Amino acid sequence: MSELRELYQQVILDHNRKPHNFGPLDTANRHQEGFNPLCGDHLHVYLRLSDDDVIEDIHFDGSGCAISKASASLMTQLLKGCTADEARQRFAGFHAMVTADNDAPVDLEAAGKLAVFSGVREFPMRVKCATLAWHTMKSALDSEATDPITTE
Amino acid sequence: MTTAVQAVADVMPQAQAIPFDVDSVRRDFPILGRAVRDRALVYLDNAATTQKPRSVIDAMDRYYEEENSNIHRGVHLLSQQATFAYERARGRIAKFVNASESAEIVFCRGTTEAVNLVAHAYARPRVQAGDEILVTHMEHHSNIVPWQMLCQATGAKLTVAPVTDEGELDLAGFADKLSSRTRLVAVTHASNVLGTINPIRQLCDLAHKFDIPVFVDGAQGAPHLGVDVRALGCDFYAFSGHKLFAPTGIGALWGRRELLEAMSPYEGGGSMIQSVTFEATTFAELPNKFEAGTPNIAGAIGLAAAVDYLNGLGMERIAAYEDELLVYATERLLAVDGLRLFGTAANKVAVVAFALDAAHPHDIGTILDIEGVAVRTGHHCAQPLMQRFGVPAMARASFAFYNTRREVDALVSALGKVREILG
Repeated sequence: MSELRELYQQVILDHNRKPHNFGPLDTANRHQEGFNPLCGDHLHVYLRLSDDDVIEDIHFDGSGCAISKASASLMTQLLKGCTADEARQRFAGFHAMVTADNDAPVDLEAAGKLAVFSGVREFPMRVKCATLAWHTMKSALDSEATDPITTE
Repeated sequence: MTTAVQAVADVMPQAQAIPFDVDSVRRDFPILGRAVRDRALVYLDNAATTQKPRSVIDAMDRYYEEENSNIHRGVHLLSQQATFAYERARGRIAKFVNASESAEIVFCRGTTEAVNLVAHAYARPRVQAGDEILVTHMEHHSNIVPWQMLCQATGAKLTVAPVTDEGELDLAGFADKLSSRTRLVAVTHASNVLGTINPIRQLCDLAHKFDIPVFVDGAQGAPHLGVDVRALGCDFYAFSGHKLFAPTGIGALWGRRELLEAMSPYEGGGSMIQSVTFEATTFAELPNKFEAGTPNIAGAIGLAAAVDYLNGLGMERIAAYEDELLVYATERLLAVDGLRLFGTAANKVAVVAFALDAAHPHDIGTILDIEGVAVRTGHHCAQPLMQRFGVPAMARASFAFYNTRREVDALVSALGKVREILG
């Protein structure tokens, strides 16, 4: 049971039940679709990047497991207000944490709120779930600016 | 008309009377004794791959320890023994599916390669723009993609027979899709997701009215049902060794002699020739024509050992035991709150696909794994079928004859944990 609780921490369960920044973003100027063909997880990341490369707003929607949904939800919370470079750095740090060896110490301070995902490294098959939204966010940042997406 | 099961029953008239001793059967499978995450392994992912009995492992070890050599080329004793073992394996597999002769059995890597072989060597030269290949909505990607590629290359059209909400093939819909433009029907014997057993004989009768040959994907049928290719009335039948308690990397394609003979080789290389000059090559007779290069000799021997093992248990007894297990599993799963079952066909192999309203299949899979229960989650290489049922993914428990009611109980109790955590 402890292994289970370590993976499915309360914060993850809460974000899964009530994801933040869920749904399209009308004012977005970057959009990317992410897909995990292994399990069928499928999400969209919408973000508005200012002229000086600050993520002014970021949303996601789609379907996925608790890990991928919670990860996407927390990511949008953390990245709002970050510069694109800071967002890429957060991703690198997050990626390193969930793919680290099981016995490597977790730098809780650096991980911050994302430390709730440290249990994922014990489940290599779930790393893709945890990182899908982040990969998608990164491609959205790297993509060409698009016209704002409307829900019309 | 004799089915393979009846054939087995004829040899063993008492077959049905002997109770199925699952505990003793389990002891034949070394891996079933191992623990995962400090719990006894409950292996319910048999539609993905099955475990191997000691006799299969031993047969392959013995081959490597005592007979390893290349086949069909050496005059030395080891080569003779290896050739004999390989061809004897072919003969036992021919008998297992009730083929008229062993030359109709082509060894291949598995069902996927068999589909590709038929697509390239049979269909490709016979299909033109405007022609149609008919598949069903419940096919595995391996029985869709090769046909789609063929269609793209030739300008032919892939047509799809519909599946009902219960997960059965819509027979009227199937018949509607058959036309004078249809060049081949490719259909699964049993669905790897829904468990549905398709009425192959009936489908073949319908297709043959238009002189359309029928390819049957037996990957999920062969492990559960006695296969009699002549009673089924199909034209090609393929299955994978690893889903039949044999090693990975080996499988078999059965084809009717006249079709196989009319086909050009699939791959060129050694073994598949009669004579070679730089100007021209004459190809070998069946089945060597389709077996270019040194084949998976140990795999073929392992596959034949698996077939021997199954014959020893009796496919009829296996099917009867699995039916009981399926009924029990279905009953217990339906009692789980918020569980939706996919595939409620009247004729099913022991496969149950489901979803929980409380949890995504991927989370179900991980929590079950921590509880020691191995199931498959995801799209099961059947994305069109997921779309048909309007879900991105499903969880699936697939049983073999070594599974027990206790293991069904373990699955149900682990699902309780899922609800506890994510509900």
